[in-house]
Amino acid sequence: MLKSIKKSLLGAALIAAVSAPHAFAETTLNALFMAQAAYSEADVRAMTDAFSKANPDVKVNLEFVPYEGLHDKAVLAQGSGSGYDVVLFDVIWPAEYATNNVLVDVSSRITDDMKKGVLPGAWTTVNYDGKSYGMPWILDTKYLFYNKEILEKAGIKAPPKTWAELNDQAKIIKDKGLLATPIAWSWSQAEAAICDYTTLVSAYGGEFLKDGKPAFTEGGGLDALKYMVDSYKSGLTNPNSKEFLEEDVRNVFQNGEAAFALNWTYMYNMANGGKDSKVAGKVGVVPAPGVEGKSTVSAVNGSMGLGVTTTSKHPDEAWKYIVHMTSQETQNAYAKLSLPIWASSYEDAAVTAGQEELIAAAKLGLAAMYPRPTTAKYQELSTALQQAIQEALLDQASPEDALKSAAENSGL
Amino acid sequence: MSGTWMTTRAWLLMLPLLIIMLAVIGWPMIDTVRLSFTDAKLVGAAGNFVGFDNYLKMLGSSNFQRALWATTWFAVVSVTAEMVIGVLAALLLNQQFYGRTVLRALLILPWALPTVVNATLWRLIYNPEYGALNAVLTQIGLLDSYRSWLGEPGTAMTALIIADCWKNFPLVALITLAALQAVPRDITSASLVDGAGSFARFRFVILPYLAGPLMVALVLRTIEAFKVFDIIWVMTRGGPANSTRTLSILVYQEAFSFQRAGSGASLALVVTLIVTVLAIGYGMLVRRAAGSAA
Repeated sequence: MLKSIKKSLLGAALIAAVSAPHAFAETTLNALFMAQAAYSEADVRAMTDAFSKANPDVKVNLEFVPYEGLHDKAVLAQGSGSGYDVVLFDVIWPAEYATNNVLVDVSSRITDDMKKGVLPGAWTTVNYDGKSYGMPWILDTKYLFYNKEILEKAGIKAPPKTWAELNDQAKIIKDKGLLATPIAWSWSQAEAAICDYTTLVSAYGGEFLKDGKPAFTEGGGLDALKYMVDSYKSGLTNPNSKEFLEEDVRNVFQNGEAAFALNWTYMYNMANGGKDSKVAGKVGVVPAPGVEGKSTVSAVNGSMGLGVTTTSKHPDEAWKYIVHMTSQETQNAYAKLSLPIWASSYEDAAVTAGQEELIAAAKLGLAAMYPRPTTAKYQELSTALQQAIQEALLDQASPEDALKSAAENSGL
Repeated sequence: MSGTWMTTRAWLLMLPLLIIMLAVIGWPMIDTVRLSFTDAKLVGAAGNFVGFDNYLKMLGSSNFQRALWATTWFAVVSVTAEMVIGVLAALLLNQQFYGRTVLRALLILPWALPTVVNATLWRLIYNPEYGALNAVLTQIGLLDSYRSWLGEPGTAMTALIIADCWKNFPLVALITLAALQAVPRDITSASLVDGAGSFARFRFVILPYLAGPLMVALVLRTIEAFKVFDIIWVMTRGGPANSTRTLSILVYQEAFSFQRAGSGASLALVVTLIVTVLAIGYGMLVRRAAGSAA
């Protein structure tokens, strides 16, 4: 009897001991990130560990989803009234997130130092209607990567400056039998295809919307799709591009099976220095080309930001975490897969060392970043355009007709 | 007296379950019906009553008609194939041969795999750059160069159906195998003595015993196939050019990507209605099959 009482007392003491650490006022933040392009999962975990060390009372739970699930996951968690405190969001979502009250307006939390230090173009990532809904974090655009060895073998002196020149060079490579299909893109039925398309729209001086109505059915918008279809039909483009996402493009490129590829910043150091890359040391990068008489370079704004959700119960801690993640110190330390948002970082030898070529391309590319349309109905517009691009590539419709039906289905 | 008490007790015992079912199935269902008559968004505003607008708009849209066709095609072809392959596999595994137990155990594997894992595996098999299917077909000389199986509308749906069949035929096979154990030996032996060929034996002696269980498998598989989402979402996301966009994917896009909870709900209810009609129809068939077997 006595023994059993002792035992239960011991048990109670044990339970108390185990649960004691939780009795401290510990805050738990839930943060949603993506496992695709830009900072790797390992990078984000290391950045977060540094934050936890400096703030032992705040625990951060990290969740990583593919880019394709990022928007829906954030919105669904919001719909259920609980979930994340910090979410990563793409440049195309602030309009919708602001309209639907998903993110907190943090304009008042942004300090003058931030305003002065961060590149002006980066702010477009988080701003909507004069307010800021987070901090820019990933400053990214699509660059033209090329395989130096293949270009050399083909006798090509310099990478292309215009999209027409890209075709000429790809044709030389094809005709010399170096590669059957020299160009790789990410044209899967996904947002990735819209990013490639937008890059071309910016090169051709096109417009997505005019007075809130679709304007991509003519001019630069139409020329961009025509270019894609021509490149596909001429056999210069890898036909599998129409089921590729960014990681597929990287695989093809770093296996030496593409002379040219359009992709985000992260591919540079992975392909040029990665252990599993067959083209290490042979990777060249330049801004995406321009169109004679219209542009010298082209670029899509593929930046992303970190924001605090309206359902967060710890907005102060969440903001503190965002400040840490977006700080110049953190970003400079992890500048291999994603370049900093801070202007002075681009002059910092520690950041530029070993990736001078990328930095040079970034200076031109980031300055030319072209936005995808800002509208609360972006998801519908994008889905309709993805369909149009695929229909045109598959020859189910002419580029004109495909874009016209996209305009009708865009909900605008 | 005791009769009513028995009835009351039965209801009392079922009460907790009924309450839970009402809470987790009944209430969301009713709320979905209400939502389907509004223009509610997923987040924020509750939405206004719009009558049958959502339904009319949906039934008239080409997106819906294409998705309905894609879903029907997927369901009919994959379920038919699964039934045929499943029954054949079960007949084979019902024979006496060395290693049968191992094969029977292996049969469970595809079915036990989570759908997402299965879908990812098949995506690798179909990969246009280094997929096993391309490698095999070019090495045996059936293809001269690698193809994009999931990137062409002509092959994407078939590729999905094959992946779905591989995962789900074991269910049919298992149900059939179980039913085969119930076929009395003396009858099959008698038919053998009477000189029935193997096909006649299957058609007139064995099949009647399988009819009931096969109906159940058919109902289960058809309903599942009509609701198909995950395998397609992982493998093609509805592409290329929406050729594999099924009704469930349309519901998902409408409700969650575009955040139109109202029209998403109406679409979901139409899918539910189609599945219910199928289930009732099959239910009647099952009862008839059971009646004729008795």
